[in-house]
Amino acid sequence: MSSFTWDYCAKSACARSKCVFIGVKCILRTIVTGLYGFHVKFCTIHSWAARSSLADWSLLGVRLLRRPRPLPPCARALSPPLQQQPFDSLAEKPQFPGASAEFVDHLEFIQPNVISGIPVYRVMDRQGQIINPSEDPQLPKEMVLNFYQKMTLLNTMDRILYESQRQGRISFYMTNYGEEGTHVGSAAALDPEDLVFGQYREAGVLMFRGFPLDLFMAQCYANVDDLGKGRQMPVHYGSKDLNFVTISSPLATQIPQAAGAAYAIKRENTNRVVICYFGEGAASEGDAHAGFNFAATLECPLIFFCRNNGYAISTPTDEQYRGDGIAARGPGYGMLSIRVDGNDVFAVYNATKEARRRAIAENQPFLIEAMTYRIGHHSTSDDSSAYRSVDEVNYWDKQDHPISRLRHYMTARGWWGEEEERAWRKQSRKLVMEAFERAEKRQKPHPDLLFSDVYLEMPPSLEKQKESMWRHLQQYREHYPLDHYEK
Amino acid sequence: MAAAVRLLLRAGSACNASSVCAPHTSTQRRHAAHFTFQPEPVPSQYGPTQKMNLFQSVTSALDNTLASDPTAVIFGEDVAFGGVFRCTVGLRDKYGKDRVFNTPLCEQGIVGFGIGLAVAGATAIAEIQFADYIFPAFDQIVNEAAKYRYRSGNLFDCGNLTIRAPWGCVGHGALYHSQSPEAFFAHCPGIKIVIPRSPVQAKGLLLSCIIDKNPCIFFEPKILYRAAVEQVPMESYQIPLSQAEVLQEGSDITLLAWGTQVHVMREVAAMAQEKLGVSCEVIDLRTIQPWDIETVCKSVVKTGRLLVSHEAPVTGGFAAEISSTVQEECFLNLEAPITRVCGYDTPFPHIFEPFYIPDKWKCFDAVKRMINY
Repeated sequence: MSSFTWDYCAKSACARSKCVFIGVKCILRTIVTGLYGFHVKFCTIHSWAARSSLADWSLLGVRLLRRPRPLPPCARALSPPLQQQPFDSLAEKPQFPGASAEFVDHLEFIQPNVISGIPVYRVMDRQGQIINPSEDPQLPKEMVLNFYQKMTLLNTMDRILYESQRQGRISFYMTNYGEEGTHVGSAAALDPEDLVFGQYREAGVLMFRGFPLDLFMAQCYANVDDLGKGRQMPVHYGSKDLNFVTISSPLATQIPQAAGAAYAIKRENTNRVVICYFGEGAASEGDAHAGFNFAATLECPLIFFCRNNGYAISTPTDEQYRGDGIAARGPGYGMLSIRVDGNDVFAVYNATKEARRRAIAENQPFLIEAMTYRIGHHSTSDDSSAYRSVDEVNYWDKQDHPISRLRHYMTARGWWGEEEERAWRKQSRKLVMEAFERAEKRQKPHPDLLFSDVYLEMPPSLEKQKESMWRHLQQYREHYPLDHYEK
Repeated sequence: MAAAVRLLLRAGSACNASSVCAPHTSTQRRHAAHFTFQPEPVPSQYGPTQKMNLFQSVTSALDNTLASDPTAVIFGEDVAFGGVFRCTVGLRDKYGKDRVFNTPLCEQGIVGFGIGLAVAGATAIAEIQFADYIFPAFDQIVNEAAKYRYRSGNLFDCGNLTIRAPWGCVGHGALYHSQSPEAFFAHCPGIKIVIPRSPVQAKGLLLSCIIDKNPCIFFEPKILYRAAVEQVPMESYQIPLSQAEVLQEGSDITLLAWGTQVHVMREVAAMAQEKLGVSCEVIDLRTIQPWDIETVCKSVVKTGRLLVSHEAPVTGGFAAEISSTVQEECFLNLEAPITRVCGYDTPFPHIFEPFYIPDKWKCFDAVKRMINY
């Protein structure tokens, strides 16, 4: 399978009027309602439908959301439950505690709308041109160059570490090809103190925050420098200093955890937000439902960021859900939601920035569904040619890639050219190769670290087990790779 | 749910174990509890005491915690109004609705949320309404909470998390209000499991769990919530974890149990002394994981016989682990095979509970067989 690089010109794509994100057929629109800053508005389905020209819009939320729901732009303290109207048995309104709605006298099932679903917010077109200048965040040159360099450095690291697994140097790897925009756009919109819960395909967030190449490599090689002490498979990164909670393999478990962390942070009153990343596949897990419901009900300052990349290993989205993706679930929980073009780093940035501002000000969660495409295989244990066509993958790699779209934006402003590209390509590769070579030479952690940190203190029974292991090793040492491990 | 609560509240008012209520009509009265709770001497080292039953001693521990730790929060189903077993009565009014609050009905959410609170530095006290309902949270407990510190290289941990759940038989709880699931969790390194036998023990052990920097599961014997009444210190105090307690010294056989079953074993010890002249050493394990191997083995070395008893089904129950370890450590000291008197390998039955539970007669009979081995 060819390695996917960012250095492909994307001039030839004709602008299509329909977006082709796998699984979600929707019409590309920019939402131009303004409130603050970048004029990004999170729609309740009701207000979006009011603006929509689609006569057949009848998403689930329309009828249910006719309840009087106040949405003040200012801070909202613990608000009273919506259904506490005074009990009035004479009124011809429903009095049920469970919902605030009107009566209706004709039978009609609400049609879930998946043909023209929630629209995809974008700032740039596929050629990197700004569509609506008032949506351009107008970030300074240094910041945009940094976005580009972080995305491309990640891409370079991915290519080298993927290869290193193929060569048997590391045991496993997962690339981030195609999703770099979701990482960098969202990470850039956060504060360094904001707490990040990830799934496993968010290395760009950590890279953006400054996690050094040496520590990425150390975790993948499980060497003495690994902050995780060599206990987990590659790509299970974590950093206390950078507020990035260590990745775990079970999917979606981080979602209710993020809600709890956000609740704690709300009580601390420190103007921090929690962001929780997950894929569209993980969103099917029960933990996702639990996390969304808790965050909304308990009023947690939290951004749920779903990377909808079209596949959960081999399972395409039409085998993952029947509704309108993940964004459409948000209103069901009472959550403000938006769908964005995940390959448009400015759209991701704008949406995350506004979500952050409001989540903290109003103590409520926001759901961002970033549509994107997983260009690479699921992992080094996967060969995706078994379930999708090379043509499909090539489209995304060549015609709609976050890195090339941003490069077009930069070159149009004269901020980047062939020379800078050549120089940076060389430098980034050198940085990665040097870190790689250093990491290869390092030893593995001391085998005592097999036994520590199970509890804060080591129980006597575990001490005994450790001693028995060393006694065994003394007698049978030639059968164990002790030379590679720290003494 | 409300009906279940009413039934359970009636359980505490049954007559004591040594008499059977005389039926007034031809229909059979429900049986009294299978043991009698004996309050222990008033502890003097922890300051002034007050008469409390077990649920009140839990409330007291939680009250002390909320007063001294501003980050502490209590949450779960129905905790706001006081809880289905009244363990959180008065706390929301006293400490505020941001600190004592209901969650949606979702155990995986409750534990996941609790883990997140703990990771962010708050003291999280999660209530699972019945231990029987803890299983949706099994993944969060076993794959996440237990492994948080280890897998992150000690960068992150959820040591500030304590999960509380009512546990054990109650006379009529049947399959889903009687379970003792400690064995499922004992198999998982990284969490602590603690089960008290009395109000004084409950408060001290719960406070130790809350303070302990590891995620803890605290199982509260629901049959003791109202039935167990003692003088309990009002101030905060801690009883150490991973320390078993020898309640009664003896020379012929060691009787080991935890929670409600400790009271059954005490009665068995009295019966054995009276009817067989056998001197029993009674031990309350208190912490199931990590358990106090040293105290138990020291006792077995002395007595040569070990009887372990729990309500949970015998196969794969925690008595199996104890049995295996003790025979490894004390093989040559054993005068008889280690015996387990436990629930049968069935779900916990309703009308058959009197036949199912490891009552004092079954334990007494086991003692007799072991002495005569």
